[in-house]
Amino acid sequence: MCLGIPGEVIELLPDQPDLARVDVSGVRRVINIGLLADDLPVPGEWVLIHVGFALSKIDEAEAAAALQFLEGIGQAYADELEALAESRIE
Amino acid sequence: MKFVDEFRDADKAHALAAKIAALCEPGRQYKLMEVCGGHTHTIYKHGLEDYLPESITLVHGPGCPVCVIPMGRVDDAMALASGPDVIMTSFGDMMRVPGSTGSFFDAKAAGTDIRMVYSPLDSLKIARNNPDKRVVFMAIGFETTAPSTAMTIMRAAAENLPNFSVFCNHVTIIPAIKAILDSPDLRLDGFIGPGHVSTVIGCRPYEFIARDYGKPVVTAGFEPLDILQSIYMLMLQLSEGRSEVENQYSRVVPWDGNVTALKVIGETMELRPYFEWRGLGFISHSALKVREKYARFDAELLFDVPGVRVADPKACQCGEVLKGVLKPWECKVFGTACTPETPIGTCMVSPEGACAAYYNFGRMNRRRVKEAVTIEVGRP
Repeated sequence: MCLGIPGEVIELLPDQPDLARVDVSGVRRVINIGLLADDLPVPGEWVLIHVGFALSKIDEAEAAAALQFLEGIGQAYADELEALAESRIE
Repeated sequence: MKFVDEFRDADKAHALAAKIAALCEPGRQYKLMEVCGGHTHTIYKHGLEDYLPESITLVHGPGCPVCVIPMGRVDDAMALASGPDVIMTSFGDMMRVPGSTGSFFDAKAAGTDIRMVYSPLDSLKIARNNPDKRVVFMAIGFETTAPSTAMTIMRAAAENLPNFSVFCNHVTIIPAIKAILDSPDLRLDGFIGPGHVSTVIGCRPYEFIARDYGKPVVTAGFEPLDILQSIYMLMLQLSEGRSEVENQYSRVVPWDGNVTALKVIGETMELRPYFEWRGLGFISHSALKVREKYARFDAELLFDVPGVRVADPKACQCGEVLKGVLKPWECKVFGTACTPETPIGTCMVSPEGACAAYYNFGRMNRRRVKEAVTIEVGRP
């Protein structure tokens, strides 16, 4: 929960400017990008996601490192991904 | 993969370790606290203590959001959840935290409507879909999750949602660090500053530690080399007699934090006069409550919250572990009565808790100091 998970922005939702579809380890879900309002991410950029909200933009190298860290954690990340897969933010 | 290697290169790690060792003054002992549970995890997972000279001790801090929730708040949440027509929603991390009559999981198994959510926005959706129910979100966490709760409250207000509220347990990291600095139990030489919390609050709030307490702070990333680099930066400051705030994790942490996130927290929440932390006791101005402007979303006003105070189980020494006074394996019940499967204390529940991290990784690759001591004492 406190751990940020990296996601690649796939698209911004046209009707809802504060929402974006992201890809997190193959799971595609909608997250809120309102906290990055000053510098909105564009498709192809990576963000660090906390409980459904993008908190910061990161580069691809950082995303890869963060992912490795999370995969090393094991069950906790599996649980987080499972929870994300259940998520239906709208 | 090539990206990751640059953060994990063993040669670089050994080179950093040598530079750190060279900065140690003979005869001086150093205690450095990593505030964040994510850092504790990396330290045990990669056996980073083995790279450090004997004179440097890493002390694990209170930065695990689940660990610091006092038992009384879990009991209060349980009382809320058992109210008529209530759906309690919570992050998965919270589900196994023991209250005095069991955890959310136990209550759920007994028929209480408690649902796990990934995001507070999922909780909002449950409220929309269940207009005849009262949906409460159990909000926990430091400044990393507080902006999410804030944004969700603002969204609920914009939609004028009548059946959603927040049981706010958000805590703030700075007063906890100050409490540790003021504690007579522990003398620290410097701090490895939290990574993700700092993406929100930035580095400025740590300046008092350097200025008023004369201790260096280095905000760090989560990779093994990030942490070794931060320790090197702390040791360099100490050897030069400096105490400053430095940012090792500048690739993610802006010096001023996330201004929008701070703004929405300030819009929807305000500091409580005091709040109880598990193990640390009451700390002034250390937690957030929902502002009066958003009172209609404040579960503490909408429901009758008992305000329970429960002493931690006697056997549990999470408080000492959270303050860094005890190492996980020095706790009386560590690994015997208290394991990740049957946790007595919160530090064993969360993967960011020092006890769970040590139980899962650390004990495999570090000699058991406690055992050595026990043998000494037990000798006739």
